[in-house]
Amino acid sequence: MSTTALDLKSRVEAANTTALARLTAADPVLVDVAPAGDVVEGLEGRMILHAGPPIPWERMCGAMRGSVIGLVLWERWASSPEAAERLLAQGHIRLEPNHHHHGVGPMAGTTSPSLPVWVVENRTFGNRAYCRLAESWQQFGQFDSEALAGLDRWRDVWAPSVRAGLRKRGPVPLKSIIGRALQMGDELHNRPNAASSLFANVMGPAMVDADVPRAALLETMGYLAGNEFLFLGISMAAAKSCAEPMEGVDGSVLVTAMARNGVEFGIRVSGMPGTWFVAPAPSVEGLFLPGFKAEDAGLDMGDSAITETVGWGGFTLGGAPGILALTGGTPDDAMRMTRDMREITAGTSPDYRMPALGFAGCSVGIDIRKVVSTGIEPVIDTAIAHHDPGYPKIGGGLVHAPIECFRKALAEFARRQGVA
Amino acid sequence: MSATSYSVRHHTYLDSVFLMRLAKSLETMPGVVDVAALMATPANKQMLRDAGFSGVDVDAAAPDDLVVGVSASTAVQAQEAIAELDHLLSPQAAVETIQRVRTWGEVSTALPRANLAVISVPGEFAAAEIESALDRGMHVFCFSSNVEARDEIRLKGLAHSRGLLLMGPDCGTSIIGGKGIGFSNAVRRGPVGIVGGSGTGIQAVSCLLHAAGSGVSHALGTGSRDASDDVGGVATIDALNALIADAGTRVIVLVSKAPGESTRMRLASLIATSPKPVVTCYLGAAGAGAAATLDDAAAQALARLGGAQATPNGSGPPSAVTHIEGRALGLFAGGSLLLEARGVMEQAGIAPSRFEFVDMGSEELTRGRPHPMIDSRFRADRIAKAGEDASVAAILLDVVLGRGAAGDPAGDLVPAIREATARASGQGRSLLVVVAVCGTEEDPQVRSRQEGKLRDAGVTLVPTNARAAAFVAEALR
Amino acid sequence: MTIADLLREGPIAVSVGVRDFARDLKDQQVDVVEIDWRPPRPADAEMQRLLEKLL
Repeated sequence: MSTTALDLKSRVEAANTTALARLTAADPVLVDVAPAGDVVEGLEGRMILHAGPPIPWERMCGAMRGSVIGLVLWERWASSPEAAERLLAQGHIRLEPNHHHHGVGPMAGTTSPSLPVWVVENRTFGNRAYCRLAESWQQFGQFDSEALAGLDRWRDVWAPSVRAGLRKRGPVPLKSIIGRALQMGDELHNRPNAASSLFANVMGPAMVDADVPRAALLETMGYLAGNEFLFLGISMAAAKSCAEPMEGVDGSVLVTAMARNGVEFGIRVSGMPGTWFVAPAPSVEGLFLPGFKAEDAGLDMGDSAITETVGWGGFTLGGAPGILALTGGTPDDAMRMTRDMREITAGTSPDYRMPALGFAGCSVGIDIRKVVSTGIEPVIDTAIAHHDPGYPKIGGGLVHAPIECFRKALAEFARRQGVA
Repeated sequence: MSATSYSVRHHTYLDSVFLMRLAKSLETMPGVVDVAALMATPANKQMLRDAGFSGVDVDAAAPDDLVVGVSASTAVQAQEAIAELDHLLSPQAAVETIQRVRTWGEVSTALPRANLAVISVPGEFAAAEIESALDRGMHVFCFSSNVEARDEIRLKGLAHSRGLLLMGPDCGTSIIGGKGIGFSNAVRRGPVGIVGGSGTGIQAVSCLLHAAGSGVSHALGTGSRDASDDVGGVATIDALNALIADAGTRVIVLVSKAPGESTRMRLASLIATSPKPVVTCYLGAAGAGAAATLDDAAAQALARLGGAQATPNGSGPPSAVTHIEGRALGLFAGGSLLLEARGVMEQAGIAPSRFEFVDMGSEELTRGRPHPMIDSRFRADRIAKAGEDASVAAILLDVVLGRGAAGDPAGDLVPAIREATARASGQGRSLLVVVAVCGTEEDPQVRSRQEGKLRDAGVTLVPTNARAAAFVAEALR
Repeated sequence: MTIADLLREGPIAVSVGVRDFARDLKDQQVDVVEIDWRPPRPADAEMQRLLEKLL
């Protein structure tokens, strides 16, 4: 073995250690909920952000097209779905990934200027990240008035009420909510139920204290208490705020983002900032809501795999065995998958632990070399959208990040290091 | 037409993921088209209505009520699915789990006393897994076929040198201490040990012994190639020695395809010095072994045990045989059963032009599709088509029961048998369908129930494969 | 662990491959663990070469 190879190996190890330290030092706090156009850098005019790696309108999957049409209608840039499609086909609406704007979005992930987003600040590094609300309709591609009515309530009542509460009480530290929720059977991706309740507990008194008018207060409390997926938008923004400081550590091969647009699955790697490594999006193994079957399903979609990127979601299945029923699996399967993730990561989290695994920390810092050498693909639990526009959520299940992304990234990394 | 049935369970909260799983298992029940299982929140009630489940029960349900709707082809099927709910929701229904690990290394902590590896990965990967198991001091049952001969030779040598038994590759059946591995029938424990490279041969002999009131001490499969001169009978010899030393074994049956010449000699000298009787049955090699058929092998074993042993499956085939013109088509799931039947035909002097026997489980016919013992569809197609063939006057079939086999193999074949018979009679011909079932009353499929289905389809049932072949030979003569 | 030991103790099994075989053993009250086997990726010399330099 040559000295150069040894030098390179130790340099990669050192860079990974630095990147991992940035991830484990993160301290996310919820600071605001604000219209995306006011806070998201570069989101201006007729522009919609979407999930996953970049993709033009013509190549978008059905669910994402439906979701984009929904926001064009909701922003009143067009008055009919047909008119919206024309605008999009003619290129009058700019489409860019959330990830290019420090943001993330669940499923289609569509974010337009008027849509309020959760704003999470990583206090350690001062960077901010954004995520739209998680719901089961418009972000899955449904664009009728019923689906858009939920966005109206979010913009007009729920988000302003929460914002008032936040301004009154100050930022909400998320580390403790997430840490406790992980110990209550959540994995913060497909099961954020406990975190949603804990968050509602915090915000109730804050909104009362902020003198939110009674009608808006009651409606918002109902929304917070009755929406088990409420916290997903917050956990995603938190995860993005934790992952972003890892970007750009020269020589590091840790993954800083995994995201899917329903056509392609993409990853980004610390030492190669700004580059996507993509492979065809896989299909999701899962269960379906009444009225829907496997043949209705679109391919894997959403920025929500940012939760797995920081060690939650599929990486903490062992602490949230209930979620594994999505694949007809067992608690043993959950434990096994969770242990598998140790094989492909650089370390464990000091803050986020799983009682079911003897309070072991979540596995964090996905190392592309280890994925390629073990063949173990990161596991992600996720929701399922229809392959055509116009439908709400149709199911949920498990999916694995395609190893092809990691192989491509490794080849490019080697090339840039001059060892190819 | 379809029918819908509902169950509303008041004040029953179940998680939505659990409910999706519940719906999925109900959807696998006969005739069930669609299942919705939801807590009756207003939004979910709308979803139920959108999915076509509506009615007074649903409208009246409260948010803390669980609603399960089933639509099925018939009302009875819908109700049966609803009834299954009670079972699925009972606390006892919690799945009994099998611990899963990722690596061989983890086995030593998960199950430190493990003494047997059961390997059924695709053939090209089997050798590596066999070696991993042998390295950990485990005996191996390898179901995988298509393992390179040189790997088998090397690994059998390795196993032998360590005192380990490598059953397979291409081993279908073993029974160790009453526990069946791979394809095996529910047979009583008893004084007869079985060794051999023929899976269905072991199954047939063990069933015959069971039917005669006797039973099996251990049955040790060795793999289809073990007795070839290339491999040299390494596993066969180790297994024979183990049974010779085994206190619970009084008589041994060796059932195999014809061994290679030098291997046959080695086996003969071992058997000659054995303190226990060894009955040999070499299928497809007339006169090479002591017993010409599996029936004969079982009968000789029983005779060697002494005492008044009943003849296995005493009731004979129907005696009034109609003479038939044309030829017989044999479609076999068990390769050894084919060899046995062919031996019977040859012995009876039936000209090769009068019968065509097809091994539906052969490598060529199972490439890209499941084995006929697991999935009958391909064989059923062949049966149905045979009804069109004017030259076919008789069809001979084996139906193999037991663990590992299809849940209702007779039921899977009956429609095709009826169709073949109908096609033939449409052309003014009669078609004789002769079937022997290999299995026991205690098997999951229940022998008598399988036979009943076949009998109702107009099949001539004969108790054993050899006698079924003899019956067809008689008809052809 | 001789063959005689196996016959005397009965099988205590590790199953690799078809899941029905493990289930059938479990149904017969045989202690069994399964190895979660997946086909290894076709040996990729190029990736191996890079990994030797990087991992």
